[in-house]
Amino acid sequence: MAKLTIDDLKKIKEKVHKEMSLRDGDRRVKVTVHMGTCGIASGAKEVMDTLLEEIEAAKVHDVVVTTSGCMGLCSREPLVTVEVLNQEPIKYEYVNPNKIRQIFKRHVLSGEVQTPFVLAKGTEIIK
Amino acid sequence: MLSLAAHILDIAENSVRASAKLIEILIEEDTNDDCLIIEIIDDGHGMDEKTLNKVRDPFYTTKTVRRVGLGLPLLAEAAERSGGTLQMASRKNMGTRIKATFGLKHLDRQPLGDIVSTLIILIVANIHIDFLYKHRYNDRQFEIDTRVIRKEIGNIPINHPEIIKYIRGVIEEGLSEIGSES
Repeated sequence: MAKLTIDDLKKIKEKVHKEMSLRDGDRRVKVTVHMGTCGIASGAKEVMDTLLEEIEAAKVHDVVVTTSGCMGLCSREPLVTVEVLNQEPIKYEYVNPNKIRQIFKRHVLSGEVQTPFVLAKGTEIIK
Repeated sequence: MLSLAAHILDIAENSVRASAKLIEILIEEDTNDDCLIIEIIDDGHGMDEKTLNKVRDPFYTTKTVRRVGLGLPLLAEAAERSGGTLQMASRKNMGTRIKATFGLKHLDRQPLGDIVSTLIILIVANIHIDFLYKHRYNDRQFEIDTRVIRKEIGNIPINHPEIIKYIRGVIEEGLSEIGSES
């Protein structure tokens, strides 16, 4: 493979610019992977890797991924929150790479909440 | 924590919570001195001396949702297990510097693990924070700075899949070029 240079970045920039003008870059879904010490120790990093791979493979541009800290439910980590625009957030517990693939394909892309993995619905209240 | 890359992700999350604008992650491998150094430096809101003296205590945390704070104690334990140390320096409103040293060939040193995905996760999840990553292996060095990339891409968000793919490629290439034992 040829070495990647700043020139390659310029080419990518031009390509992305062309594509961006063709669609509105609105975000439709926000996925939060909880990355506290507890989350990382129980596999949140692998969950995040898988999620990023899936997003790249599906070529979707309206899904935003972010991380957050621990919310105090360390025993149920890894936790993932899926927020579809104008809908209540859904929290998934004990997530692993296979579960996140299913959650991404069914919930994020098709809108079907994956009830067997759900921990809670709604926003958490931090004391 | 199974790998040093997981530790780095965990400690860098502390910097994120400290509202850092720039997080530097430095890794140095020296086969002559048989040591591996990991440094994480941020310009976040820092800690006063009193707080700094408490962070090694696993029962000290700034969070209210639970009563333990294991990030730094686990890193200290991992470093000491391989014959190394954990050093910390911090000043209120100036930033924090965490330096962990490990015995490079020590049997109990955890593997470095997937450092590429650690960096990608940090960049994707914190688009308003810049990252500087330097990895030295004896006399060879690789460096990536998101400030340089940001300047090139202008108004394209840094977490755009094409940009992330590029960054991943650059890091993988750079690391395979310098070689690494960890």
